[in-house]
Amino acid sequence: MLDHVPEVHPDPQGKLAAGSILYLDGVTVTFDGFRAINNLSLVLEPGEMRTIIGPNGAGKTTMMDIITGKTKPDKGDVLFDGHVDLTKLDEAAIANLGIGRKFQKPTVFEMLTVFENLELALKTARGTFATLFFRLMGEQRDRIHEVMETVGLAEKSGQLAGALSHGQKQWLEIGMLLMQDQRVLLLDEPVAGMTDAETEQTAQLFLSLAADRSRSLVVVEHDMEFVRALGSKVTVLHEGSVLAEGSIDKVQADPRVIEVYLGR
Amino acid sequence: MGPITSRLVALNSTQGWIAFAAFGLVMAVLVPVLNLMVPPSSAFHVPDYVVALMGKYLCYAILALSLDLIWGYCGVLSLGQGAFFALGGYAMGMYMMRSIGERGVYGNPLLPDFMVFLNWTELPWYWLGFDQFWFAVLMVFAVPGLLAFVFGWLAFRSRITGVYLSIITQAMTYALMLAFFRNEMGFGGNNGLTDFKDILGFELSARSTRVGLYVSSVIALGLAFLLCRFIVSSKLGRVLVAVRDAESRVRFLGYSVTNVKLFVFTVSAMLAGLAGALYVPQVGIINPSEFSPAQSIEVAVWVAVGGRGTLVGAILGAFAVNGAKTWLTGVAPEVWLFFLGGLFIIVTLLLPKGLLGLYASLRARFASVKAEEKRHA
Repeated sequence: MLDHVPEVHPDPQGKLAAGSILYLDGVTVTFDGFRAINNLSLVLEPGEMRTIIGPNGAGKTTMMDIITGKTKPDKGDVLFDGHVDLTKLDEAAIANLGIGRKFQKPTVFEMLTVFENLELALKTARGTFATLFFRLMGEQRDRIHEVMETVGLAEKSGQLAGALSHGQKQWLEIGMLLMQDQRVLLLDEPVAGMTDAETEQTAQLFLSLAADRSRSLVVVEHDMEFVRALGSKVTVLHEGSVLAEGSIDKVQADPRVIEVYLGR
Repeated sequence: MGPITSRLVALNSTQGWIAFAAFGLVMAVLVPVLNLMVPPSSAFHVPDYVVALMGKYLCYAILALSLDLIWGYCGVLSLGQGAFFALGGYAMGMYMMRSIGERGVYGNPLLPDFMVFLNWTELPWYWLGFDQFWFAVLMVFAVPGLLAFVFGWLAFRSRITGVYLSIITQAMTYALMLAFFRNEMGFGGNNGLTDFKDILGFELSARSTRVGLYVSSVIALGLAFLLCRFIVSSKLGRVLVAVRDAESRVRFLGYSVTNVKLFVFTVSAMLAGLAGALYVPQVGIINPSEFSPAQSIEVAVWVAVGGRGTLVGAILGAFAVNGAKTWLTGVAPEVWLFFLGGLFIIVTLLLPKGLLGLYASLRARFASVKAEEKRHA
């Protein structure tokens, strides 16, 4: 069979899963015969920052869809915290476990104000009745203001999110992730559409988020300057599987990576 | 002030509460006084037919509110509102049928006339309990609420959205209509339920009962409005808007979209049931035509005309469109359907925010013209 792919399990005993925050092993997902993710394995340590690069169609966004429960893999293991099987949970349950996501296209609630967007993301009970009778406490309000300061939107508190610039929407969405206080942040092209100054500020923000190692970050990005500024371990995806892994200098020198990026 | 009280006070702005009180006083006090106390010869007299008409419009306004809650705020265009309305109406109708007792044409103390006519000898089990008013009221809320809960649970967990959801709710409405047309269903078939005599011992033909029902409708509309305000001004209300505008994003924030939709769909069905229950004693009949899909679509037109996602717009739309209907079907009945269709097209194309949006933009334009004049003066 032509499309036969040998089973490769780098971690047959599951030793790597123990102690990891995110663990993908042998994950495959097919859309109408097209293998978007092909036997992908990836392990993320608690507190680690990881940058994912790869050409269009390499499966970066699909990988995030799988981790966050939007897409179910055909096979393979996806574990959170070394033991929670994410393939059995829906998006809301995964979000409540501690995995937050920023979308490629900034997705904020345009008919709500900046403050209200952050209030919805605030880490509190998510039940329908708890939400109906919810009352914002003083310290929660302070937390929202703190995050608005962090993402530079303090002046825009009462403005509708739909009226923000593209870069500001990106930051609002990052702010929403901070409000959720997640253990893993998945950030899909966070600096797309940002000015150079904004990009630099975002890199500083991410570095400060990763500094105390209380949360893990997975950043998907095309902007090589930005990737270099983050200075984290880089994973190169190609055709749905890992092509190379290591420092940015190491992967940029890898002949296979150069071939993929420059074309054959 | 306790947390609940302050939350209730904050439901409306000061201006909003003044408007609410003014509307309530005019509708619940002034209209009945002008009808009952002022002699018909006076220019200030409100004739009986106007009170009856207003009573109907008030029920329609509650129905419109119920759709605005789920459609205007949560983005779910339910075409099942007419069915929930009719179910609430049937529940109240069953109570009034059983209150007739021996005064029916056949004089049967237990069986309504249509059952005697069909040679039934026993009351079907689902008619039991409807001799009690409290039980009927319970069913007015429970039957539409339960149907919406079960139907919504199946639909929302399968993530049926948009036009598909509208179509299956319409199919549900249509199926219920066909079922209620059958005599064997035990709801009076084609003719439905009618010939009611009294409600809670008050004669339906008495003027005081009619005014009482009308005032009840005003109060019900007021309470329904406050309930809807309570929901949409809560954090859940903001989640509803978030679901409407970016459903999948809400899931990634950890909210269960299924549960949120299920909650508003059930509340909205119960409100529609209440509207139907108040409507039936005022018009004196309920039959399967209330289930016709066109009725539910008409409700969507009221809400769109008034302005979606505003609550006040839904009430305004219900009064405006039904007022136009009453007037037009009087002067030129053949024009009405063209008018309704045209209205829907005009609102969709030119007034996406309805009459309320038109008012807001006119006011904004007026304010800017005034500011301009001031600058030049």
